[in-house]
Amino acid sequence: MSSQAHAAPHVGAAPTGFVRKYIFSVDHKVIGIQYYLLALTAVAVGIFLSVLMRLHLAWPTLHLPGFVGGLMTPEQYLSLVTMHGTIMIFFVLTTAPQSGFGNYFLPIQIGAPDMAFPVINMMSFWVTFVAFVFMVGAFFVPGGAPLGGWTNYPPLSGLGEVTGPGEGMGETFWLISISLFCLASLMGALNFIATTIDLRAPGMSLMRMPLTVWAWLVTAILGLLAFGVLLAAGILLLLDRGAGTSFFIPAGLVVSDTVQNHSGGSPLLWQHLFWFFGHPEVYIAILPGMGVASHVLSTFSRKPVFGYKAMVYALCGIGFLGFMVWGHHMFVSGMSPYSGLAFSFLTLAIGVPSAIKTFNWLGTLWGGRIQFTTPMLYALGFVSLFVSGGLSGIFLAQPAVDLYLHDTYFVVAHFHLIMGVAAIFGIFSATYFWFPKMFGRMMNDTLGRLHFWITFIGVYCIFMPMHFIGIVGHPRRYADSTGVNYLATPLLHHVHVFMTVAAIVTAIAQLLFFFNFFWSLKFGAKASQNPWLATTLEWTIPSPPPHDNFGGNYPSVYRGPYEFSVPGAQDDFIPQNLTPAQAGQAR
Amino acid sequence: MPPAIVIPEEIELIDSGSGGGNGGRIPVPRRPGDGGGNDDDGGLRGGSAAVPQRAYMTGMTVALAGILMFFMALVSAYIVRKGFPNGGWQPLEPPRILWLNTVLLLASSATIVMARRKLEDRDDAGFRHWWRVTTALGLLFLAGQLLAWRELVHAGVYLSSNPSSSFFYLFTAAHGLHLLGGLIALIAVDRMRHPRHLTLGTASEVAAVYWHFMDGLWVFLFLLLIVGR
Repeated sequence: MSSQAHAAPHVGAAPTGFVRKYIFSVDHKVIGIQYYLLALTAVAVGIFLSVLMRLHLAWPTLHLPGFVGGLMTPEQYLSLVTMHGTIMIFFVLTTAPQSGFGNYFLPIQIGAPDMAFPVINMMSFWVTFVAFVFMVGAFFVPGGAPLGGWTNYPPLSGLGEVTGPGEGMGETFWLISISLFCLASLMGALNFIATTIDLRAPGMSLMRMPLTVWAWLVTAILGLLAFGVLLAAGILLLLDRGAGTSFFIPAGLVVSDTVQNHSGGSPLLWQHLFWFFGHPEVYIAILPGMGVASHVLSTFSRKPVFGYKAMVYALCGIGFLGFMVWGHHMFVSGMSPYSGLAFSFLTLAIGVPSAIKTFNWLGTLWGGRIQFTTPMLYALGFVSLFVSGGLSGIFLAQPAVDLYLHDTYFVVAHFHLIMGVAAIFGIFSATYFWFPKMFGRMMNDTLGRLHFWITFIGVYCIFMPMHFIGIVGHPRRYADSTGVNYLATPLLHHVHVFMTVAAIVTAIAQLLFFFNFFWSLKFGAKASQNPWLATTLEWTIPSPPPHDNFGGNYPSVYRGPYEFSVPGAQDDFIPQNLTPAQAGQAR
Repeated sequence: MPPAIVIPEEIELIDSGSGGGNGGRIPVPRRPGDGGGNDDDGGLRGGSAAVPQRAYMTGMTVALAGILMFFMALVSAYIVRKGFPNGGWQPLEPPRILWLNTVLLLASSATIVMARRKLEDRDDAGFRHWWRVTTALGLLFLAGQLLAWRELVHAGVYLSSNPSSSFFYLFTAAHGLHLLGGLIALIAVDRMRHPRHLTLGTASEVAAVYWHFMDGLWVFLFLLLIVGR
């Protein structure tokens, strides 16, 4: 049999049928775009839910269309909280930066024709898609969407309809969706890691990989080690709900005047399993943004990344420490003060690699010939938000402070700035930066700048005041604080109204982005092969790239990824695939 | 768009030596020009459209790390749940047939090693013989696990009877499903007739590594269920 066996090329001829080409495609570029469009859909849903919540918080008696009687019930508010958080974290912040851009650009940036396992890659997307259908489907089942928050703590999430309208079928849909999402993410992580290890072009040593690739690699490792744990926890919870086991449900629990038929489980077990996944998940959302920020800051400062190796080690350090700090989400769970102290120190330790990254970004900018393009503005915005959101993390890392702030808006402000908005800015930066490569056309720069400034000022207007109402003691997750004496001040109401108006303006400004995106697809100016005069391999091939990325001419790599303004070189940038002779270097 | 080129690759029926062939080494030249790249023709050559065989072993290793985390999450839940005060934990006596099943599974690891040796000796018939013996032993193991379940059900021990029985069913089911996946892989390797980019040598090696892992995992879980009950 071996005599007939020919080692076929990894990438065959381009498929011609519509279904093979655009729907069930195994091309990493198509899959990347599919992930990106899924995230765009999800972010539109997520923003819509957040605006509904903000309207309700500012004017609790406002009649909203789509609700029975026009008024939002506390349960409906909780289901909005749950679904906004879940959709944004899983289907936007995990999907777009890692699965979307990572899929599209990781193989190209390391000089590979595709991912190592294209069919697994396709399955990964379609399982994610089915997961999204289940998640949105939770709105439309009897009882509606679940109430348990994105953290889905039992016993609320483990008992069924008795704990609330959305806790029946809706909660089951939520758990099925998340379990599927875990499976898909594991398949994706497998592909990213194997591809990075084994499919790099000759000369593309680890320390010549763009920082985006490093970020995707570390993120994939985090996903590989974290999503399996969430899957295990999800299965245990499904069994508690459906099969009468007692992993998480304690004995003698009385809900709605009925004793629940469970014995001896512990909700804390869920918290440990969940946050062992949940904290790495925060870094899964933000690390790709860090990679993009480093990449874009270097390109538009026309300078190499300051301290490339330190950036790599800091990424790895953040990823490593990220697995040892899950307990800081549980300071108020009654944990031993000694455990709290350990988790606190480890959490504060993450400040070190984070500071290394921040100062190296500033070092990259220092003395550069800065070009304020739209992607550059978003990368700068990312650094700003990362610092603003990160500093409040140092407050919350201390158990004594966290005990007071934990269930207030301070935490909402913190995680929205650092993992929500900062990661979104990473996505925007990547979109404006790589759109020309992906679609062969430029996005409109004027619209892009307008979009940036409204969004940048807008998100600060939404989330900065939130710190203050948190310090005042305004509890989070409450649908309505009417009647709570210490919160019944006109000032606090005005702050809520201010944040709501800011949220609506910021949400409307996103229409600029959507318009720019789809308008530029058709009418944008034609993009050249290398419009930003950048150095990495994706800029050495046509825009958009051919089916196998390199048209059969697979590159070799001769230098690091950020050779800008090299003394003695002809141009102010040297692509990675140029030999010393071609680069005109006197050596 | 230029047509995809076919880059002939040395046909690899058998890996050189055991355990990963080239052992996951990265054949990347550290300096330009000492590998696939060629300075004279502009440096735009040297990569390849083919997936290197070692990528499959890398993929399997990475997948096993993910699977290990899944099972370790369940195991840590087991240890924590068992340790709860007032948790109502009643030790479960594992059915005795599990000893026989364990022996069957250990034997299947030995026979898959035999199969791989025959393949290295280019003895195709011998390879298929031992490969199918392994598959049969795997099937027997799964049947034995089902008998163990039946024994428990007859004794009135169900999934929700006690946390110890919940974990017993959960561990055996999760491991059984993973082993079923392994069986499907064994059958798929046996049915490989015209390998394309995945060679028989690599496919059998990757399947064998998965099989050994599932064997070792079972021994660990079985010990946990006996010693840690």
